[in-house]
Amino acid sequence: MRSKGVAMRLAEHRYRSISSIRGPLVFVEQVFQARIGETVTLIAPDGKRLAGEVLKIDGRQVLLQVFGETHGLDLDKTSVTFHDAVKRAPLSTACLGRMFNGSFEPIDGAPMFIPDRWGAVSGAPINPVARAYPSEIIETGFATIDGLNTLVRGQKLPIFSAAGLPAQELVAGILRNSRLPGEGAFVVVFIALGLTYHEFNFFQQTLEQMPNRFVAFINLAGEPVVERLLAPRLGLTVAEDLAFNHGMDVLVVVTDMINYCDALREVSTSREELPGRRGYPGYMYSDLASLYERAGRLLGQSGSVTMLPVLTMPEDDITHPIPDLTGYITEGQIVLSRELQQKGIFPPVDVLPSLSRLMQHGIGAQQTRADHRQISNLLYQSYAKGRELRKLEAVVGKEGLLKEDRVMLEMADSFEADFVHQGQQRRDIGQTLDLGLQLLKRYGVYPP
Amino acid sequence: MKGKVTAIFGATVSVDIRGLQLYDRVYVGHNRLTGEVVHLELERTTVQVFENTRGLAVGEPAEGAGVPLTVTLGPGLLGGIYDGLQRPLPQLQQQSGAFIRLGKETGPLDLQRVWTFVPQKKAGESIAAGERLGQVAEGALHHPLYAGVGGVIERIVEGEFRLSEPVAVLDNGEQLFGWQDWAVRRPRPCRTKRPVQRPLITGQRCIDFLFPLMKGGVAIIPGGFGTGKTVLEQTIAKFADTDVVVYVGCGERGNEMAGLLAEFGELSDARGRPLLERTIVVANTSNMPVAARESSIFTAVSMAEYYRDMGYDVLFLADSLSRWAEALREISSALEEMPGEEGYPTYLGSRLASFIERAGVVETRDGQTGSLSMLLAVSPPGADFSEPVTQSCLRVAGAYYMLDTTLAHGRHFPAINWVQSYSLAGPKAADFFKEQVDERWPELQRRCRDILQQEEALREVAEVVGMEGLQDRDRLLMKAAERIRRDFLRQNSFTEDAFSSPEQTFGTIDAIVADYQKALAERDEKERADDAEQGGGDAPG
Repeated sequence: MRSKGVAMRLAEHRYRSISSIRGPLVFVEQVFQARIGETVTLIAPDGKRLAGEVLKIDGRQVLLQVFGETHGLDLDKTSVTFHDAVKRAPLSTACLGRMFNGSFEPIDGAPMFIPDRWGAVSGAPINPVARAYPSEIIETGFATIDGLNTLVRGQKLPIFSAAGLPAQELVAGILRNSRLPGEGAFVVVFIALGLTYHEFNFFQQTLEQMPNRFVAFINLAGEPVVERLLAPRLGLTVAEDLAFNHGMDVLVVVTDMINYCDALREVSTSREELPGRRGYPGYMYSDLASLYERAGRLLGQSGSVTMLPVLTMPEDDITHPIPDLTGYITEGQIVLSRELQQKGIFPPVDVLPSLSRLMQHGIGAQQTRADHRQISNLLYQSYAKGRELRKLEAVVGKEGLLKEDRVMLEMADSFEADFVHQGQQRRDIGQTLDLGLQLLKRYGVYPP
Repeated sequence: MKGKVTAIFGATVSVDIRGLQLYDRVYVGHNRLTGEVVHLELERTTVQVFENTRGLAVGEPAEGAGVPLTVTLGPGLLGGIYDGLQRPLPQLQQQSGAFIRLGKETGPLDLQRVWTFVPQKKAGESIAAGERLGQVAEGALHHPLYAGVGGVIERIVEGEFRLSEPVAVLDNGEQLFGWQDWAVRRPRPCRTKRPVQRPLITGQRCIDFLFPLMKGGVAIIPGGFGTGKTVLEQTIAKFADTDVVVYVGCGERGNEMAGLLAEFGELSDARGRPLLERTIVVANTSNMPVAARESSIFTAVSMAEYYRDMGYDVLFLADSLSRWAEALREISSALEEMPGEEGYPTYLGSRLASFIERAGVVETRDGQTGSLSMLLAVSPPGADFSEPVTQSCLRVAGAYYMLDTTLAHGRHFPAINWVQSYSLAGPKAADFFKEQVDERWPELQRRCRDILQQEEALREVAEVVGMEGLQDRDRLLMKAAERIRRDFLRQNSFTEDAFSSPEQTFGTIDAIVADYQKALAERDEKERADDAEQGGGDAPG
């Protein structure tokens, strides 16, 4: 990002001219030629070092955002060093098998690796003409995903969960069971944002079963909020490096996006920005897009970045700004349902609001099976009909329904019990489609 | 006009240049990032930068270009893929690889490409401003070149030439080029605007038959996520009966743009020409800079108007206008303007209206008829249609295709809600189809609407008494309505069915309605027979 060798400051500058500190935000006066996005280090009176970044410059007054706890900073003695460079992440395949905190410091006891290169954490947008359209199925082993909402390499497909629903178990299942087309295996970049220790511990066990095939960035619930904005960018910069410089297929799991958005809101509010819907900043769409859009594949290159963000819908509300904006950016969504969970179904995927936008090119004779599209469409239509009839049944009773409608009702029940529900068992795509076909035949829906 | 950067806040940059005009183009920093003047004060000029400003420092140089943000118009735009500032993305890829880096200057037109020019004027003849010099062939289209200023022609090229050289030179030394720059925020002039006349055949049965879009008309497609806005827009972009298609991916998904580009490269249009040859794509995905997203629809509509001015039918598709409005909101809030409804600036409605008014049928400056139709996707937050963008659009659009989440969940696509949607041009289009396809078109249209409406009413009854409680007649109607929904309104964009000609559309609905009438008649016959039998039995007793 450096300019073409002209008028560089050539040196780090150090100031003791802080004029105000508000939460994670710090104002510094009389700064000479600061850069937007420039990294800074703050040194507190007790010697504690904190990293930060330039957010806004007005003449010689600079607004900083500090990563980490601002406890212990003061106006008189704290110094700020400007590094004349934007935030960058250390890159190397040596990061595999390691765990870091939200500021890229090792938390697994081993020393920091020596980077091959450094990459700007904000990344650069992929040129749309350089993208390869994702079309190769990732077999997750779950019928509701593989059969009805197929995930493909390079897609971003979030899981919309709600408090108390087993999104973690589903993600862990996907991590364990996913198969790429051909021989390759995934590398997982795991980004934990604001998780409780208990939740983290659950994932840790899953990750430990895949040695040297993961990198984890862990920001727990008690750790600095601003790091939640940084950790996904560090993780995605690493993911892009592994994918596009080392040809790996990377699966990025980010959980939980709610905590990311709340951190965004918190920082936005302390900047006294105009709040949008539910207090989230008006630029949240663009900000989320700057993360989600980093998934993809490039023409003529082998690697890929596939994203599985997890988000817990507040009050089970899919129209809440976070799931809503996410749904507008991602290529579909997997929605979990409390009702199915209560029926003891795992995974409790409600297929009706679920969707995979990139499915159409990932299925069919070449990729999966010639009858895949038809099976999927018929299952959808019958189940949608069955669900509608359930509402009718609640009013007029079974007797008020036509005979053929009663069949559809039964089919909806079987669909949930036999097709959606699979417990811990893994199904390959052939099994999934056969199961769907059997169901359709049993209730006379197939052949149409 | 030179100066320095004095303040930076995201993409909003203050510079100390004096003498700039509002909306002038400004180059900012060592990397010469493009920006536009949005606020003028005595000591401080605020510039909205169209690129990522990360790494920009105060004190870096800034320079006013003295001209507003422009697009370059000329032969060679068709088949082009541009960003919101009309930079050609394929060339950008060659220069800087798969990721878009900062501040690259690349001309939108290939000035070295060889064109064959057929002049209509000779040396020695005089020409008026706006008159045709001659034409080149661009794909299947004749691309006329017009004189920017009038005078007596001293020399004019014939046959092969490049855009880098003048097409003609006037006797006063003025050079006339085959390309021109146009300020994107200024509508291109025309002789006069005309009322819309003919429907645009989209190939979507639901639209063509129930809610027609006119050539020169504007339709909006609001829908929550997953209701199929993008697929519907892309399908229409592929098959619509029009000369030129301008597609703007405004703040949407990169992968979908890649899919569109790959597909358009392979497919051909109804006339057998490669689709890309009649298409201009403007791609400003959601992670590309926000200010360029705001300008992208103006960049695109200026190119669309340029082809309209040659007398062509142009279809402009934007996906999605909400992202444009959000960009406007972000810019407005960075400028600390007073917010209106939901944080959008209060000029959202007027800005939107002045943009949408660029659609229409026009008589061009050389007396031809051209049209610019718009199909605009809107993404209402939480699928709540009372939000400001949908409502502002509704005030100016002539057709409204409301996409229904429930239909989409049941995989009924296109998920156009047939009760809520409307088109103001219905009767006019029906007259056209009556003449062109079948004189029973308006009658069948009424019949089809009727069946769908009655079904709605019956559904409510059925919810109380159950289907078993309905009469035979009503059940037949429900069956017919279901067939209309399943076999007529539903249309799969990924099969042969993606395009339905007006004749096919008519044939399909005609058959369904005829079957229904027949079933009704049979039932009535049976009832009469039963009555007669009973009546016959009763009489002697």
